[in-house]
Amino acid sequence: MHHRTDLIYRYDGSFEGFLCCVFRAVYQKEDPMRICPQEEAQATLLETVVIDTEPDKAQRVRKSIPAKLGMDAQRVVYLCFLSDRPDKEVMLLAFLRLGYQLGSRVLRMLADERVHKVLTAARAVSGEAHLLKGFTRFSQYGGALVAEIEPKNHVLPLLAQHFKARMPGESFLILDRTHQMVLICSGGRWQIQTAQLEQLPRADAQERFYRQLWTRFYDTVSIEDRYNPQCRMTHMPKRFWGMMTEFQEDNRPWALPEVSEKIK
Amino acid sequence: MDMLEKLTVLADAAKYDAACTSSGLDRAARPDGLGATMACGCCHSFSADGRCITLLKVLQSNACSYDCTYCVNRRSNDVKRATFTPRELADLTMQFYRRNYIEGLFLSSAVVNNPDYTCELMLQTLHILRNEYHFWGYIHAKAIPGASPALLTRLGLLADRMSVNIELPSESSLRLLAPDKKKADILKPMGLLRDGIEQGRQDLVKYRHAPRFAPAGQSTQLIVGATPETDLQILGLSSALYEKYRLKRVFFSAYLPVVEHRDLPALTTKPPLLREHRLYQADWLMRFYHFDANELLDEQNPNFDPYMDPKCTWALRHLERFPVEVNRADYEMLLRVPGIGVKSARRIVTARRAGSLDFDGLKKLGVILKRAKYFILCRGKAAPGIVMTHRAILRALLSDAALESMHQGEQLSLFDPTMEDVRQCITGQI
Repeated sequence: MHHRTDLIYRYDGSFEGFLCCVFRAVYQKEDPMRICPQEEAQATLLETVVIDTEPDKAQRVRKSIPAKLGMDAQRVVYLCFLSDRPDKEVMLLAFLRLGYQLGSRVLRMLADERVHKVLTAARAVSGEAHLLKGFTRFSQYGGALVAEIEPKNHVLPLLAQHFKARMPGESFLILDRTHQMVLICSGGRWQIQTAQLEQLPRADAQERFYRQLWTRFYDTVSIEDRYNPQCRMTHMPKRFWGMMTEFQEDNRPWALPEVSEKIK
Repeated sequence: MDMLEKLTVLADAAKYDAACTSSGLDRAARPDGLGATMACGCCHSFSADGRCITLLKVLQSNACSYDCTYCVNRRSNDVKRATFTPRELADLTMQFYRRNYIEGLFLSSAVVNNPDYTCELMLQTLHILRNEYHFWGYIHAKAIPGASPALLTRLGLLADRMSVNIELPSESSLRLLAPDKKKADILKPMGLLRDGIEQGRQDLVKYRHAPRFAPAGQSTQLIVGATPETDLQILGLSSALYEKYRLKRVFFSAYLPVVEHRDLPALTTKPPLLREHRLYQADWLMRFYHFDANELLDEQNPNFDPYMDPKCTWALRHLERFPVEVNRADYEMLLRVPGIGVKSARRIVTARRAGSLDFDGLKKLGVILKRAKYFILCRGKAAPGIVMTHRAILRALLSDAALESMHQGEQLSLFDPTMEDVRQCITGQI
């Protein structure tokens, strides 16, 4: 089987769009060097094919994944697609090709490079989403709760399902500062859209009071004799701290508890 | 006293409780309420000591009428006292939960007036949360030793997890340091909880809507290092607790001298963190790695090796069972290889159905080859350059510093677990 490889696909960046790339690659027997979203388009010497997003083609590929590779693979493909890896599309295409050939067995081939790459990326996405289920902090602004996050991966759809399920009565927004996207959830429905994100206004007095209470609780529960900043950083990397209530100095109008010399 | 100060006093008094988990139960939110639980639990933050913060861990009150020697809240100690009204605490929990600061509430209390009165206060708090505010997040409630069984039962019907702290690992230590508590006072509620949980499970089989009693089970805590028990005694006690009382978790808490007393270690004593860590490693080996307590320690070796984790220690004592062929060994044996954890053992079993594995493949599955390579074969071959003698393995597994101090017969600093040790402790990958 000889595939043409000296070309680049360009698509609209959506999951449907990507599925259409898979459609084309499989039926035209092509193995593009890169599959890149529109916005990342660069000048290149290679031939560039623009892939249009066509719902019925996308639907055919979408259905083929659980049918040929199994339900678990469907989840893995979706998670990997949410990854921030620049080569995720090419990785996924290689994985899907292998799966179309071998069936559900592909998910057991953990030592295969193509499978390993996709599983690792998927794990990184669900790992980051799991951390953010804990580390996301909401603030009350009027009738809605608003949170800001700076994730590496596109975790908003995963957070949407989580928070919608546990707070059925609340309306909330989550602003993704990395990707300039916003999740809006209200009345049991949610949607994600791109947005020009502004700074949030100053919180009202009651909101600032709860932030202080939480920050004080955070400072108090730590046991001085067990001070272990390295361990904290392992579990909660610093890149999350910028958006967390307990690390904003405004919320701590008192001095941080001092760590005595004997423990340092 | 304002809310900020009250929270400070009552969180400070509760922080020595080691248990901080929100796991063991999957429950979806209900349309009229707020909150859900995840079986895997969810950490919302990590404090400066590296411990996970998942629940709002506070006391209902620290105005204790008991006088236990080891406890900061004891009657004769001169500290600030505070009490949450049930309404205050329920409101605080809701507001923290909505902002996603916490996964739920961990409610304990000092004994106010008497155990029954204390229990009533806690019940009111949980009643407001569950029945008035329709809160379905996680609730961990402490059973108050000595409270009447009827009250404990009601508490269990509102909470997800219940616990009774044993604190001191033997009756004699208890008599010495906690004269107001008796062993029976502690074991009786544990028995009640076990029976309640069991009964609840049976009812659920018969009636779909049977009320659930502490559906995430019960746990307990043992203090390590305040009294002279050996690791063997502590491990024996904890495995008996798992068996007899069907506990979900036994937590160990390195003793921190917060109180000056002739029967207790001096205030300058550092907490035995490495010992606590070794006990957790052993606990993990018993719960997830199919080890028995008596395989890890015996009369000749009643305490854990400070230089090496219990799994490596076991492997080195049983070199006759190694090396194992990764492509054929059963799951139980894979679990016993240092460097292979539960996840990687499962992955090995899955992956080898699709094709035989080599060392490169094992690395992709997450096996820590640095340790594992001394104990395994792939396709009948050992990793290149590996010598599988006791001496060579010992040399390879220990750090140079540990090896040197071991040869010189020096005391290893018990308070300086390596970073790797700490990380393993929490994630459970031994």
